[in-house]
Amino acid sequence: MIRADNLFKTFNRGTPLENPVLRGLSLTLENGQFVTVIGSNGAGKSTFLNAISGDITPDSGRLFIDGADVTRLNAWQRAGSVARVFQDPLAGTCEGLTIEENLALALQRGQRRGLGRAVRPSDRALFRDRLATLKLGLENRLGDRMGLLSGGQRQAVSLLMASLQPSKVLLLDEHTAALDPKTASFVMALTDTIVRENGLTALMVTHSMRQALDHGDRTVMLHQGRVVLDVAGEERARLDVPDLLHLFERTRGEQLDDDALLLG
Amino acid sequence: MTLIAFMGAMEIGLIFALVALGVLISFRILNFPDLTADGSFPLGGAVAATLIAGGHDPWLACAVAAAAGACAGWLTAWLHVRLGILQLLASILVMIALYSINLRIMGAPNVPLIGSPTVFAPLIDADGANAWLMQPALLATVVVVAKLALDAFFASQAGLSMRATGANARMARAQGISTDRMTLLGMALSNALIAVAGALYVQTQGGADVSMGIGTIVVGLAAVIIGETLLPAGSLWLITLGTVLGALLYRLLIALALNADFLGLQAQDLNLVTALLVGLALVLPRLKRSLRSGKRTAS
Repeated sequence: MIRADNLFKTFNRGTPLENPVLRGLSLTLENGQFVTVIGSNGAGKSTFLNAISGDITPDSGRLFIDGADVTRLNAWQRAGSVARVFQDPLAGTCEGLTIEENLALALQRGQRRGLGRAVRPSDRALFRDRLATLKLGLENRLGDRMGLLSGGQRQAVSLLMASLQPSKVLLLDEHTAALDPKTASFVMALTDTIVRENGLTALMVTHSMRQALDHGDRTVMLHQGRVVLDVAGEERARLDVPDLLHLFERTRGEQLDDDALLLG
Repeated sequence: MTLIAFMGAMEIGLIFALVALGVLISFRILNFPDLTADGSFPLGGAVAATLIAGGHDPWLACAVAAAAGACAGWLTAWLHVRLGILQLLASILVMIALYSINLRIMGAPNVPLIGSPTVFAPLIDADGANAWLMQPALLATVVVVAKLALDAFFASQAGLSMRATGANARMARAQGISTDRMTLLGMALSNALIAVAGALYVQTQGGADVSMGIGTIVVGLAAVIIGETLLPAGSLWLITLGTVLGALLYRLLIALALNADFLGLQAQDLNLVTALLVGLALVLPRLKRSLRSGKRTAS
């Protein structure tokens, strides 16, 4: 279970560029839940994900993974519980290393790394099996450099890497945004399969309201660093993109009124 | 060029192959522009010369030199990782500081080793007639061992983590790698190798001198770049091989340039020739590319 408790984060505090991104964000993810996160630019979606992964430390508030307080842990210290796929296909893999070396890095995620061989023959067999499930022919290209792969192939491999080791939560940060529509739907289908087969707890940030409703089992809308909408089950099933847009507009409007009141 | 002159070039080339392997770790594997070499090379020399002149075992002297070099590299990395000092600047600070430290260690601007027992002494005849062969032979053994050990390390889990740290630090952290620790470790390893090279260098040259480190980094980088031009980018053992060959070829080219009478170059022109060679090695890949693309547009 992932629990975020009243997270606050302000970038560039005390400068003219001061930017309060998280303003008391609280959210609890049950085990096995696949939550999609939407919100306008600057709503705090990516910052929230970075706070869970440990890339940024919140100014205040607590973060728990399975009851353990991880608020002060670095990204690398949390890696045993957090798997991640980035928006930029270049960010999630090392292009200078081979496919099998990238997979080996992910296979040892969160474990001690010693002087043992990084890629053992038994690992290679495992990699071949898992890559074959992608149906991209990558199982025969273990020794190829990652940089030779297309963006879609790299995202597919990134997803595979995220599922090689068990994790408490899988973070997907608009991981199809940089792909063409056909590749994006392939990667999305693969995401559904991997999350379902491994029973993963997942948090997916997306810009597409369609994607947010079609995938996962719960949808959360962020606005100005807080959760403003949280729907699941029946209620979510009844929603369609126009309804969501309507809700989206309404929260924004209300927020404007609030601000107007405050300023007035 | 005579055989003796050729072997002399190989001897220096082999020593700088160790420097080049160290530079490969900092500049290429860790992506850490590190100038500490200009200080850690004479540091290794100063430590080894002082210990040998004091009657200690020459191999022990090399080991202590390696440890001293590791400390220097670790310090540079620490200044960057913990204190946030720019990489290049951190290494310059350590390099400058080492100049004073080296003088302190030696207690004088130079320490002669004429007649002292070096690592080469047991192999060489009383009259020194076979020194031209035995010195390069022992150095070649050391370089081959270092190269193979590095290849094995970079194929290990820890070695792969180090490569990931230099290639994509954010991804490495997301996989649970402490990139800070890897940078500290890699920089220590890099400068330990360079210090060992310094320790061996003073034993072939008959003494240590405080100014012997000037230009070390340029020569090391030249070897790495020539190696990359020489062999195609591929697996890591090929890259380390290219680096070693690059160091040898570089010294050979220098020797040829200085030996060619018609060029009229003398020993004091060494740094100028170095700069020209490195400049050429840097431009060559680009020239190749533009030639190729030029042909394509023509056809």
